[in-house]
Amino acid sequence: MLPSVLRCARPVSTALALSRPLAHFRPHMDPDPSRPVERAIRTKLTDMLKPEHLEVHNESHMHAVPPGSESHFRVLVVSPMFEGLSLIQRHRLVNEALREELSSCVHALAIQAKTPEQWGSNPTLAKSPPCLGGSKGDHTMEEKLKAGRE
Amino acid sequence: MNSLIRSTARCLRAGVAVYLPGRASGPVSLAAARYLCAAADIQKDLGEMVKKDKVVVFMKGTPAQPMCGFSNAVVQILRMHGVDDYAAYNVLEDQDLRQGVKVFSNWPTIPQVYFNGEFLGGCDILLQMHQNGDLVEELKKLGIKSALLDAEKESK
Repeated sequence: MLPSVLRCARPVSTALALSRPLAHFRPHMDPDPSRPVERAIRTKLTDMLKPEHLEVHNESHMHAVPPGSESHFRVLVVSPMFEGLSLIQRHRLVNEALREELSSCVHALAIQAKTPEQWGSNPTLAKSPPCLGGSKGDHTMEEKLKAGRE
Repeated sequence: MNSLIRSTARCLRAGVAVYLPGRASGPVSLAAARYLCAAADIQKDLGEMVKKDKVVVFMKGTPAQPMCGFSNAVVQILRMHGVDDYAAYNVLEDQDLRQGVKVFSNWPTIPQVYFNGEFLGGCDILLQMHQNGDLVEELKKLGIKSALLDAEKESK
């Protein structure tokens, strides 16, 4: 097998972040109606998991995808429904709620699934690791982005 | 990759028309048949792949050169625990594997970690297990002593 081509995409993602105008910035508490995927994620997680606290962060700008993409998300769900469930069981619940998005336009989903007690004792949002450019030139990624735009 | 070649060859040898059970509409096209053969083979191969080694990671890129921040996080965590000898499969090199492993694990994203043939989770879960000490315990069950235990001993 030919080795994968080395892609140094850090400069690209930095450039994207710098060129992103501030007007596009919306705090997570105020969902922008022009962001249908974020809205869908918020709605589905609310309906399925009845969270006491929910954060949906579009992290696409941190990755090698065009500005305005809705492909990479981080969600923090605090729900009593997670009581007694293992981490993997909790994550599977979240995956199930977002099955449609994950099979179409959402390429990456970072999940924190806490019970209200766990959130109370450690109310911190984890940070995603820096992108290593894997989405650049990735055909599957291009298809997902297209699905997001349609 | 070899399994894909084998499965395609098998389908071609089987003839041009492939009849699927339960399909009233007649023969499936060769392209569809090839795809189905490959997909079924991948599921079988994955069943073997996850059992062949104690620690198995499906990731983007390789441990030496991860192509994704989340995959890299898995590699770094394992490295911190002194786990360097594990099977890593690069899904970017094989689209059938990339799609197949998501079906196999019923898990929509990469990276994916298996311990002793059992699906553990992705990057988030591994990170949390590392932070709360569960990872050391899980490695112990595999007969792997985490390097962090030695580091702890040395610092005392």
